Amino acid sequence: MTEALFTANNVWMMICTALVFIMHLGFGFLELGMTRQKNAINIFFKNFFVITMGILIYYLVGFNLMYPGFSDGSPGILDFAGFGISLPEGEVIDYAGGGYTYWTDFLFQAVFAATTATIVSGAVAERVKLEGFMVFSLLYVAIAYPIVGSWQWGGGWLSQLGFHDFAGSTLVHSVGGWAALMFVYFLGPRIGKYENGKTNAIPGHNLPLAAGGVLILWLGWFGFNGGSVLSGEPSATSLVLVNTCLAASAGAVVAFLVAKLSFGSFDLTMFINGVLGGLVGITAGADQMDAIQSIVIGGLAGVVVVYGITLLDKILKLDDPVGAIAVHLICGIWGTIAVGIFGNLAGWQQFIHQVVGVGTIGLFCVVSSILFLIITKYSVGIRVKRDYEIQGLDCTEHAMDAYSDFQTK
Amino acid sequence: MKKIEAIIRESQFLKVRDALRKLGVKHFTYWDVTGVGKEKQPHVYRGVNYESSAVSRRFISLVVSEELLDTAIDTILDSASTNEVGDGKIFVLPIEKSIRIRTKESGLSSL
Repeated sequence: MTEALFTANNVWMMICTALVFIMHLGFGFLELGMTRQKNAINIFFKNFFVITMGILIYYLVGFNLMYPGFSDGSPGILDFAGFGISLPEGEVIDYAGGGYTYWTDFLFQAVFAATTATIVSGAVAERVKLEGFMVFSLLYVAIAYPIVGSWQWGGGWLSQLGFHDFAGSTLVHSVGGWAALMFVYFLGPRIGKYENGKTNAIPGHNLPLAAGGVLILWLGWFGFNGGSVLSGEPSATSLVLVNTCLAASAGAVVAFLVAKLSFGSFDLTMFINGVLGGLVGITAGADQMDAIQSIVIGGLAGVVVVYGITLLDKILKLDDPVGAIAVHLICGIWGTIAVGIFGNLAGWQQFIHQVVGVGTIGLFCVVSSILFLIITKYSVGIRVKRDYEIQGLDCTEHAMDAYSDFQTK
Repeated sequence: MKKIEAIIRESQFLKVRDALRKLGVKHFTYWDVTGVGKEKQPHVYRGVNYESSAVSRRFISLVVSEELLDTAIDTILDSASTNEVGDGKIFVLPIEKSIRIRTKESGLSSL
């Protein structure tokens, strides 16, 4: 490995790190746009908490819990390499096979970790108690996310089994999605969402901003998937980016068509959620698919996301203001399973490995979410008071106006 | 003195404004309002169908002398009309008193 190639790889990985970082702006805008004016400060407060404390807690425990360096013969379920981060002894220039430096490794993984908690943030918006959200997301990013990650990306038992999750359809998106699902179940719907068995729409206050947020997320995915090659290797990186964009486009187009046929209008919210569905769907297998398979996976994710949102919203009556559970959990599961159906790895054996991965990770996430939610509920509480929710969290929890001098509702 | 209150289309606002200016109305007030009528507009948000009966209009309010009243009403009728349903309404109310704050003068000269 020449030094020039190593430098180029490392620069690419740092660019990808920055791209994943900027996804937090995309998540913030999406969430802000899909919710009401009266909670705008609260939304961004949560998102800032997630990225800042997410990086700190990942520094403190997450990184070494996720990459503990399982020794040979270890069952690969749980290990911990100590608090904080420090350059491993005898680190040489070709760390990670010449892909990037130890420090780049940490930061790339840290911004990924923070993404998981941001997924939860959107689903619980507009009624979650800030302290409760903080406690829960800290526990989740510090403990649940890295342990599950160690099973696969840390070289644990799932990777030994042969489970494949390229950039985290399951390890990031479903892990966040399971927590979102359990949190929403514990929280209950926003006041006014369900009345006398009827599902009411609570329209977001700035859909153009939400749409801009999704484009930022898409841009961020160039780093999320592109960086998951773990080097700047030309053919793999470009294939991954092509597959990523094809799946996103197919997901979006299918989603808006399905929504038009099902509900009769050209629904921008479904269009943009289709982009995200396609992106989450291709994330597990972006390195294993060819172009047409990516389009199929993305397109089916577009169907999944529209009916997933409707299933949660109208039938299960789980109130998820931004559609995070449908996008991240359901499309994440679809994308992971799709690795066993399409592409280079397709086959019964792989299919079973994918199902085992999805199932065990799902079970672990649900159980740990319930545990953390119980801890949170009986310590700081998870839901704001009724009158706080009605007035809006900005003026009650933050004593601030997002849009000073404008009437908010 | 009479107060004219008119609910008009936003799209006709500039025509109304210019016509009133031409007539010699020195000042008037307006604000954006939402009304509820018989008409229901279908809405869809993330697959949930709902109806909105909210109609956006602009509300203008001006105080004029008795002599100007009829021409002012005609002016608004002309300039605010598109001949489609929903052009709006005009209301006329009596005004008891009018005072300019700076000079404290009252009556017509305060308009």
